[in-house]
Amino acid sequence: MSDYRIKAHPILPIPPEPAVAFTWQGRTLSARAGETIASALFANGVRTFGHHHKDGAPMGIYCANGQCAQCSVIADGLPVKSCMVPVKEGMAVKSLDGKPALPDLGEEDLRFRDIETLNVECLILGGGPAGLSAAVELGKAGVGVVLVDDKADLGGKLVLQTHKFFGSIDACHAGTRGMDIGHKLEKEVRKFENVRIWTGSNALAVFSDRKVGILREGHYVLVQPQVLLVATGAREKSLVFKGNTLPGVYGAGAFQTLVNRDMVKPSDRLFVIGGGNVGLIAAYHALQAGIEVVGLCEALPECGGYKVHKDKLVRMGVPIHTSHTVVSANGHGEVESVTVAKLDASWKVVPGSEQTFKCDTVLVAVGLEPVNEFYLKAKEFGLPVYAAGDAEEIAEASAAMFTGKIKGLEICKFLGRDAGDVPMEWHRTAEVLKSRPGATITEEIPEDEKGVFPVFHCSQEIPCNPCTSICPQGSIMIEGNDILGVPTFNEKDCIACEQCVAVCPGLAITLLDYRRGGNGVLVSIPYEFPESTIKIGDSVTVLDTLGRVLGNVPVVRVRSPKFADHAVLVKVRAPHDIAKQIAGIRVQQPWVSEPMADRVERLADDEIVCRCERVTAGEIRALVRQGVRDMNELKAATRSGMGSCGGKTCPSLIRRIFREEGVKDAEITELTQRPVFMEVPLGAFAGVVTGEGPVQDAVASHAVSAFQGGL
Amino acid sequence: MSTAVFDVIVIGAGSVGMPAAMYLAEMGMKVLVLDQFSSPGQGSNKAAIGGIRATHSSPAKIKLCLDSLRTFSGWKDEHGFDIEWARGGYAFVAYRPEEERLLKNLLVVQKAAGLNIDWKDRAELLDISPGLRTEGLLGGTFSPEDGSASPMRSCLGFHRRALELGVECRFNERVTSIMRRKGKVVGVRTDKGGYATGCVVNAAGAWARAVAQAGGLDAPVVPDCHEAGITEAVAPFLDPMVVDIRPAPGSANFYFYQHKPGQVVFCITPNPPIVGSDRRETSAYLPMIARRMVDLMPKLSNLKVRRTWRGLYPMTPDGAPLVGRSQNLEGYIDAIGMCGQGYMLGPGVGALVARLATDRLQEGDAGILEELSPSRAFGGVEALK
Repeated sequence: MSDYRIKAHPILPIPPEPAVAFTWQGRTLSARAGETIASALFANGVRTFGHHHKDGAPMGIYCANGQCAQCSVIADGLPVKSCMVPVKEGMAVKSLDGKPALPDLGEEDLRFRDIETLNVECLILGGGPAGLSAAVELGKAGVGVVLVDDKADLGGKLVLQTHKFFGSIDACHAGTRGMDIGHKLEKEVRKFENVRIWTGSNALAVFSDRKVGILREGHYVLVQPQVLLVATGAREKSLVFKGNTLPGVYGAGAFQTLVNRDMVKPSDRLFVIGGGNVGLIAAYHALQAGIEVVGLCEALPECGGYKVHKDKLVRMGVPIHTSHTVVSANGHGEVESVTVAKLDASWKVVPGSEQTFKCDTVLVAVGLEPVNEFYLKAKEFGLPVYAAGDAEEIAEASAAMFTGKIKGLEICKFLGRDAGDVPMEWHRTAEVLKSRPGATITEEIPEDEKGVFPVFHCSQEIPCNPCTSICPQGSIMIEGNDILGVPTFNEKDCIACEQCVAVCPGLAITLLDYRRGGNGVLVSIPYEFPESTIKIGDSVTVLDTLGRVLGNVPVVRVRSPKFADHAVLVKVRAPHDIAKQIAGIRVQQPWVSEPMADRVERLADDEIVCRCERVTAGEIRALVRQGVRDMNELKAATRSGMGSCGGKTCPSLIRRIFREEGVKDAEITELTQRPVFMEVPLGAFAGVVTGEGPVQDAVASHAVSAFQGGL
Repeated sequence: MSTAVFDVIVIGAGSVGMPAAMYLAEMGMKVLVLDQFSSPGQGSNKAAIGGIRATHSSPAKIKLCLDSLRTFSGWKDEHGFDIEWARGGYAFVAYRPEEERLLKNLLVVQKAAGLNIDWKDRAELLDISPGLRTEGLLGGTFSPEDGSASPMRSCLGFHRRALELGVECRFNERVTSIMRRKGKVVGVRTDKGGYATGCVVNAAGAWARAVAQAGGLDAPVVPDCHEAGITEAVAPFLDPMVVDIRPAPGSANFYFYQHKPGQVVFCITPNPPIVGSDRRETSAYLPMIARRMVDLMPKLSNLKVRRTWRGLYPMTPDGAPLVGRSQNLEGYIDAIGMCGQGYMLGPGVGALVARLATDRLQEGDAGILEELSPSRAFGGVEALK
């Protein structure tokens, strides 16, 4: 089988070679230590993990986040979510075809412990940017905190963010890579003895008696907090199109997990649906992992994400198809191509505009929605509760850090701690960091043609200012000191240190050096690909901000100084007439993104709304047309929302069908939400103990094997 | 503005009201169904776990449920709509002499009523329900003709059939008063309008008392809470509904089965009862039921729980339903107080109510109506319940 592991990466260290042997369908494969089953299978070229019991449809990764059960396999006889369970030496993994058999279990030595209730001042759900930032404030104030996170490592989605962050250096470590911010926050939180951290632990439910059910490393425990902070982040929205559940169609978050956490190369050729920051960044991360990005489509006339992210992609050679939608993912059993088409002003596909691109993976990045079920239940049950980060409002991680801080202080105050009031300017900063991208401004290209100076290919108002903080000469300013503005150079002496080139998260600053007179202009360009892929003497294609080719120029210097934090600073010698327009170096050749000669039309009726129970859009639509307005009735009739994800994926898709059918929101009855919010074996709730004695709070043992199935 | 006129208005589109409306329409009645919730079965029907048995000890309930069993088991063939009926039987297990004695005593009454039920020894019972804890198992009763189906799908099936027969259903509409003139029902008023009728059927389940009061009457129906849950789907491994009637701290009994789509559905009876209509989930339930289930059938330890919920049992003073005409208001019929068995009793009670409302009672109906009379005396100790 092929080896789908990342062997070179500009930012991330390459982990040790795989050394754990396991079997897949009887064949021996190898995994890296600690790797999840899903990632190990992807690394070995397997991406169909089983077949659905209803219609035999192939199943694979979808969320890679433990939320659904699409990736289920049989591991050592038990059905497990492959994205959450690490491979163990000698583990026998099989595909899950149809419904799994429930294995027998002996009754000897079956003992139970009582489920304990732990009282704590503040329970934080989620150890991402918001939860960690809040924990720091609570830690400082001496509040007793339990912080719960479902992953093995803290940081939430920060650990997947290999790019440098926007925002301001003071408020949220702008210019630093997201993963490094995660580590900084973790280090800070771990200093506080009053903050207990439970990783590998899932929140399952908030109950009406104001207790929160937590599965702590496999052991069920109830926590009774005085106040709850929900910082559970977001989940990815889904999209209905033909072939939308073929293995190879999955979320951008799942992709980042495979690539940036597990260093797996899950694709050779990728197509991205959605031009928000998530989709744009995922495409960039794909390029960095050596994956061809065939294209990206966005239904709106403009991408919703930051323009600098979009520009960055375009000038690396990735075409952005705006006003385009996905028609179908095509293939026999797995994705082999994607068909997209142009949308007219009324959101209808323009007939004949369909184009098919060869690809093996289609990433769905059509937006996020808050993971707010615990917040809503706590509100309903009168448990004092706060929400921070994406769980409160979808925004950038920089904003999540800041709202986390604010909520942390507010909770201190709620608990009667003397932590001081939240400074007014914090609220202002939080609002600024949450800002949607603002007006696009025409790039100002300086007229000067002497000396050394930076050019800012930064033409949209976004909350970002690291360039102004980093300049040792203090020569880069944003008008009015507002981080939303675009920077300007105030023509003081530039010492050509290139720090602004290196720090810009949008890779939107170049440095021009005219001191060589008629011998061409030296242009410094940031380049975040392995240093081994570029060297002095190479001829590279340079492009302007909009991705237009300006010409081929020679590389005269390549360096990767420490302050550039893994970025490479490439100096090229360019003719005077194009030097100022140069914004980037092409890394992907145009033929990668050419459409296939014939377009593919997928005939199968497989626009799936509820992927757990394989319910199609057609079935839902027919019932809506018969007058059904209650999602609970749709569920009774079709099983939509009755599956293993707990009705977390399809309600937004069903709402969309209602809208398409002209049904007003007020007429719709929402799906009733009930615990538990993640499937957990009965043995965990029963307090099953095998082997050693009762497990107490202080013990984080893995001794319980009798119900290892569900985690 | 003219008021719509109906032969019968059924209040409650649930386990009892929906089949009642269907049977009334089959008998040619013009029927309106009113429900405070937004679609069929959103009260306690969707909280039922789906067990259907005729193996009761009361003659009236046995007869009604035998009738229900015929409806449920034949529904798919007759109407082409799968309600997930499966004939898996009921197995009541005994691990102590007390339960063995109790079950064997009940057996006498049940066999006398002509029911197919028998005592199975330990080996036979393990054959019927493999995976039960063997240690201490004495045996149990097994009734192979009982079974299960999906309450939600059944209710939808009845709803669809009712619509085909011309029944009108109005949802999100709450009854505010039952209008009377000279001791007779003349109509129903709701928060959205008014309808004329000479006959009202109260099938409002846990909300029956409020509906009776809207007619100036009362009904001794008080809901209490039971909690239930459902697991992931696995390959078939369990045929019968397993019932364990041993008391344990916090609970009186519990039961579970694997329904046709493969999920295990389970329920526990809290003891002492949790009186009231609070359907919000509590933290005590899952550990309690999980421990009892895993203890009884250890392999369930690995089965993942998907969802839990609370449902309401509309209880009567003596634990038997209230079905029949009111002595105080002509045209008013009770079909209430099902004490948690509304789903399995529904089609039987619905058909009986239809016969009662149309004066077409059959042989045997009088006995049932006498036993379940709303005006019966709730004597003795049971009245305290």
